[in-house]
Amino acid sequence: MNEAVTTGFDTFDLVAMGLKIALIVVMLLQVVPIMVWVERRGSALLQNRLGPNRIGPFGLLQSLVDAIKMMFKEDRVTGHVNPFYFRLAPLVSLIPAFMTFAAIPFASHITLGDKTVEFQIADLNVGLLYILSITSLSVYGVIMGSWASNNKYAIFGGLRSAAQMISYELSMGLSIIGLVMIVGSLKLGDIAAAQGAALFHIGPLAIPKWGIFLQPIGFLIFITCTYAETNRLPFDLPEGESEIVAGYHLEYYSMMFGAFMMAEYINMTVASALTATLYFGGWQLFPGLDLVLASAANHGLQGLAFEWTRVALEAACFTLKTAFFMWLFVWVRWTIPRFRYDQLMNLGWKVLLPLSLANIFVTGYLIYLKVL
Amino acid sequence: MLVKRDTTALQNLYILEVLKGLWITMKNMLFVRHVTIQYPEERRNYSDRYRGMHYIKATNGVENCTACMLCPTVCPAECIHIEAGERPDKEKYPVKFDIDVLRCCFCGMCEEACPKDAIKLSKIYEMSLSTRKVYDKDYLLEQRGHK
Amino acid sequence: MIDVSPVTFTLLAGIAIGCALMVVFKKNPVSSAFSLVLLFAAFAGIYALLGAHLLAALQILVYAGAIMVLFIFVIMLLNADEPSFDMGRSHPVLRAIVGLFCLTLLGFFVWAFKKSEVSLVMPGLFSTTAVDAAGGNSKVISQLMFSKYELPFELTSILLLAGIVGAVAIAKRNLTSPKEGVK
Repeated sequence: MNEAVTTGFDTFDLVAMGLKIALIVVMLLQVVPIMVWVERRGSALLQNRLGPNRIGPFGLLQSLVDAIKMMFKEDRVTGHVNPFYFRLAPLVSLIPAFMTFAAIPFASHITLGDKTVEFQIADLNVGLLYILSITSLSVYGVIMGSWASNNKYAIFGGLRSAAQMISYELSMGLSIIGLVMIVGSLKLGDIAAAQGAALFHIGPLAIPKWGIFLQPIGFLIFITCTYAETNRLPFDLPEGESEIVAGYHLEYYSMMFGAFMMAEYINMTVASALTATLYFGGWQLFPGLDLVLASAANHGLQGLAFEWTRVALEAACFTLKTAFFMWLFVWVRWTIPRFRYDQLMNLGWKVLLPLSLANIFVTGYLIYLKVL
Repeated sequence: MLVKRDTTALQNLYILEVLKGLWITMKNMLFVRHVTIQYPEERRNYSDRYRGMHYIKATNGVENCTACMLCPTVCPAECIHIEAGERPDKEKYPVKFDIDVLRCCFCGMCEEACPKDAIKLSKIYEMSLSTRKVYDKDYLLEQRGHK
Repeated sequence: MIDVSPVTFTLLAGIAIGCALMVVFKKNPVSSAFSLVLLFAAFAGIYALLGAHLLAALQILVYAGAIMVLFIFVIMLLNADEPSFDMGRSHPVLRAIVGLFCLTLLGFFVWAFKKSEVSLVMPGLFSTTAVDAAGGNSKVISQLMFSKYELPFELTSILLLAGIVGAVAIAKRNLTSPKEGVK
């Protein structure tokens, strides 16, 4: 982005950037109804039920119908709320959710003529910090909504959310540092690219240097923290249906509630994409696929066609990895019960934080010994 | 009540326990048959002794009922209302035969009391209608759900 | 060639000034706090325009994302309502004097800045191009932090540690005092 500001855009860059932004926004908007469907069907299947299967094939259009219902519901604001902040809060939670994806690469790059197009909206040199800082803003939607609702349960939800976010943000940030130390860059593009090298070989199959093999403890801490950051079970205390009714979005209905729900699912998507990028190689091909690609090249797939095939495969791998972690969100939600609040705080401060610090120390020592 | 359970160090690590839990739910998803009955297409099979909606039996298009008033007498919920009349051939018959299904407790006493085998309880359990229809003689005579 | 900087800067500066005024003039403490968050975000935008990406990210991460959350947490927990922040109106002459003084001070700063003719982008080691050539913001800052400025950096961390210990000491004293009474 920095170059763009100083040297200016030309038409090709502008069109490419516009297409990338459009792709990301459309994908993120599409993810919401699909994830709602996955959540409902998935939860049903995990509980030996069937779930919505009437509207459309496999009930796929159910989310569409629900969305239409939500949009046409009466959009009223009850008397006791603070109307300005009440209406603002869903937007405040939705916008950071969209902003975060800008720094995540979804494929490598392609050379068209003399131009190289990166498949990433902005390869910031503080990419990881950017994502962390924007996700830390997403708590404001929750706090604002809970405070503007002027409702006891909502306030409880907001307070819980604030404390939880602060506690887990710390461990989340520290858990990534180990990986940043190994790669030596905060750019997500660099981190994804660095995971392409081979760790060791099994015959012709190369086991890549994915983050999970280098930072298993960091991965565990990170994924636990993402569940807390996205307010998903087992850490969905801000919502806590059985204790505080629905927590921060208790007073919301129609599309204002819908915006909160969209923000939750988009946050899930971003968290999954980030997990895939940091610990599972991002757009790096699955082990073995590179051999397939090489054999295709030998059988006459050359030039631009080969390049586009490579990019499509990379994007597909990235999507699959992201999809797995999104499914994991659903799977864990319907498996593990909610933590108690003191358990949550104990886990965050007494287990994850020391563990992530120890992880940094051990990683630093191993780098000093030149093992990593 | 907070019950302190003895846990091993491995259990306290949670990781293995979480994986076990995930495996249990996945096992349920993959290998256990779903229990949902897809209602309008599939129906639960009720026993033959199930007491559902009433109907009046008829032979040759004439109801068996002779308006003997045994069923309203025996009915504990007092939900059967019969008005007796006479046919030209001096045969007694019900001019009106209404059942207040909201009061009915589906005990089946009317069925037992009936000497002419006229009032019966079928296996039909869907009693809601889209119209404000009284369960009158014509409706009961349709003999839907004949046992 | 489209140069977006002046427009964006004016926009961000306008938001920042508006939010700063809101922080002061809003009667409701939570509204003030939310305005302050937006102010930090606008500042971060200005830092990013100047090429200080690390500073922008840290501004949002630390100030907007962590410190202000705690501020709002405390305000919400104490349930401070509007009357407690309404100090009443002061004497009009006093208000005029204070207002005039502040405006004079502002005017003086602007005049001094104009006179000193400091260029907006610092030349030399910390110019945008030099930093980019050295491998980006975060790299330059961390290298300087752990070499040339290591002592101030460590001293700052010790200061923070002292603050934490002090907070714990105050909190603990309140917790243990009933027990001492029993003894």
